[in-house]
Amino acid sequence: MSVNEMIEFIAALLILVGSIMAVISAIGIIRFQDVYSRSHAATKSSTLAVSLTLSGVFIYFLVTESFFSVRLIMGIVFVFLTSPVSGHLITRAAYRSGVKMTDATLEDELADVIWKKEHQVDETKEDTNDSSSNRNEVLE
Amino acid sequence: MVETMLQVSLTLFGVAIVIALYRIVFGPSLPDRVIALDMIGVNLITAIAIVSVILNTKAFLEVILILGVLAFISTIAFSKFIEKGGVIIERKRDD
Repeated sequence: MSVNEMIEFIAALLILVGSIMAVISAIGIIRFQDVYSRSHAATKSSTLAVSLTLSGVFIYFLVTESFFSVRLIMGIVFVFLTSPVSGHLITRAAYRSGVKMTDATLEDELADVIWKKEHQVDETKEDTNDSSSNRNEVLE
Repeated sequence: MVETMLQVSLTLFGVAIVIALYRIVFGPSLPDRVIALDMIGVNLITAIAIVSVILNTKAFLEVILILGVLAFISTIAFSKFIEKGGVIIERKRDD
């Protein structure tokens, strides 16, 4: 077994571990209770699965064909940057549009903050009667 | 050995996509479905990378970047739609 075959085997092992992580995160997607914990399962472990698998593919092409693929590195960096952002945005949209939490939730501190902010905005709305700018304040 | 491992991992990615498809069909709310769609896009990226290893070609590596950009943009558009009721033009929602 030469050195190239060993590195090739390591790359295939990275790909296999990444696919196992993907299956674990898929199990998390069907087993968790509400949107917020499901997004926890979907974003974090999917990012790990993609990073492991694309690293394995990159090592494989580097060893077998001595091909340095810039596209694969760009893919890894792009998924690594954008997956937490999209997870945060979709969870924020879910909270703002009023998706219910599970019954096992103990405390919701964000509700107090948002309710207080809207209450203050309502008070200023009564003073100035300018509803459009206040609506933008609530959304931002 | 390496060939078998690659085929097994491709099968596992197919299993993950099928499980996420269950969440898309039976998901109780719209953000559930969007999260599962985002996960399908990410899994599709890696499945295409493994296919390009198995077929021993470099032609599919551009598809990875395109799919990554598309999955990200679609998730951003869906979240903006859910939160504000419009993607480009803002509409007022009733609730």
